[in-house]
Amino acid sequence: MDDIYRQYILDHFREPHNHGTLEHPTLHASDTNPLCGDRIELDLNVSDDRVSEVRFSGRGCAISQATASMLTERIEGATLEELRALTPADIFEMLGVEVGPARQRCALLSLRVLHQGIQGPYTGRWSDDDEDDAIE
Amino acid sequence: MLDATEATHAAQVTDTSDTAATTARSDRADDASAPTIASLAPRADFPILAREINGKPLAFLDSAASAQKPAAVLDAMNHFARTSYANIHRGAYTLSEEATRAYERARKNVAKFINARSARELIFTRNTTESINLVARTWAEANLRPGDALLLTEMEHHSNIVPWQLAAQRVGAEVFYTPVTDEGELDLAAYEALLERHTPKLVAVTQMSNVLGTLTPLPELIAKAHAVGALVLVDGAQGAPHLPVDVRALDCDFYAFSGHKMLGPSGIGALWGRAELLEAMPPFMGGGDMIREVTLAGATWNDLPWKFEAGTPAIVEAVGLGAAVDYLRQLGMERVHAHEQALTTYALERLRAIPGLTIYGPPAERRGGVISFTLGDIHAHDLATLLDREGVAVRAGHHCAQPLMERLQVAATARASFYVYTTSAEVDTLAEALERARAIFAL
Repeated sequence: MDDIYRQYILDHFREPHNHGTLEHPTLHASDTNPLCGDRIELDLNVSDDRVSEVRFSGRGCAISQATASMLTERIEGATLEELRALTPADIFEMLGVEVGPARQRCALLSLRVLHQGIQGPYTGRWSDDDEDDAIE
Repeated sequence: MLDATEATHAAQVTDTSDTAATTARSDRADDASAPTIASLAPRADFPILAREINGKPLAFLDSAASAQKPAAVLDAMNHFARTSYANIHRGAYTLSEEATRAYERARKNVAKFINARSARELIFTRNTTESINLVARTWAEANLRPGDALLLTEMEHHSNIVPWQLAAQRVGAEVFYTPVTDEGELDLAAYEALLERHTPKLVAVTQMSNVLGTLTPLPELIAKAHAVGALVLVDGAQGAPHLPVDVRALDCDFYAFSGHKMLGPSGIGALWGRAELLEAMPPFMGGGDMIREVTLAGATWNDLPWKFEAGTPAIVEAVGLGAAVDYLRQLGMERVHAHEQALTTYALERLRAIPGLTIYGPPAERRGGVISFTLGDIHAHDLATLLDREGVAVRAGHHCAQPLMERLQVAATARASFYVYTTSAEVDTLAEALERARAIFAL
């Protein structure tokens, strides 16, 4: 079994990068995971169509908080177009570990918040579970 | 299926030598020279307990969410479906008569299990939630007026809160809550004050908190409610599976419970109510079986209990619940409770030795086999994932009791819960897995 509690994930949880808030962010979004109450808030400053600064705050499990920390690192300097193109698969690849179905929502919370911030609620798929629900 | 106490004992002995899981765990407990508590029911009666999870023997510590089923229950359902199944209360043919008899025999059996006066007072529902909703729709709409009060408690499961909030909204009634003390028990002085100040029409209260395991002082709560003219509905979801229940001795007015938490299948539960109250209540859902006569102008209602059972019910599941009740009766509910209290005492001691571990709720003598805890700053979901890797199944989250979690000021807890098949060796496995979680999170 692949270990989702690898040291670098625990490090991001214990000492998150880009943790905090921005004074007057260009974009702000927040959301919770109703299952476990995980919460992520995201502040972005955007200039010339690129992320110049990003901060996150929140509470929750190691997976949701570490993913948020890693995601903020990843999106610094990225264009809005690049942010829009991010998918759940990118998040799992970034984490570098297998995330079981029970914890995928934790891992994807920060991406959902990011997409809400830049383009309103994400309408794509959030986990493999949702794929099972698809009718077509 | 066990027949007598002797059989239980014999099976327990063979079980420890039969099942690798049990043997391994007993050895481990012996090594630690800790007192061991064997399962009350033969573990071999529960086929699923032989499973491995992530390469480890399953330690199923989530019975408060739903219990595992003994072969006796699974076999009874299978046998009935294979030999006697047909729709009930319908056909004038042999199979339908057999099925009807089996269904009504199950009702009588379940009614006896809680010492109801008559099987007429025992309505089959889907689960506790539906039982409470039944009362919150029919009794509430017929009896509540604008400005009337309902009194609940802060430690209720959402299913004993939301139906009353909905009922109150419909009729313009008000909902009040008995507060919970820091020890996780009901504040009885506040309860009395609320009864006097608001003279509620109904008190709805749990027999045992699904989060803290707190046993509520029902006889006292019920007597005081009756003294101000309030009816009392007891949420027995965690009571009926774990405690001797006598609805007449309790003197409550409604008692709601689920089959799946008491070794029975999901999809079947029950509402017990005083016959005179049930008679006076309007029907819940409309449909077949609940009517006496239907014309285009209207309908008249069937007798109790069928007035509240519209449509084809969970027939096979009712038979399964009957078998579950037989199984529990043979174990003896006093012994079930004693077993769980012994395990809880053991577990509280074992868990308290783990640095950084916080346990919520009252001491062992005032709680059932439920322990909610947090470990350092590890989120409950991380804990549950880490324990799962060791084969330990626990619940993590708010346990459908958000107001109580708010009161405890904790977002989520992990919860271990015990039943007739739980052993102290499984508690040891839990404690060892928690130690490993501490190491991983460097607590």
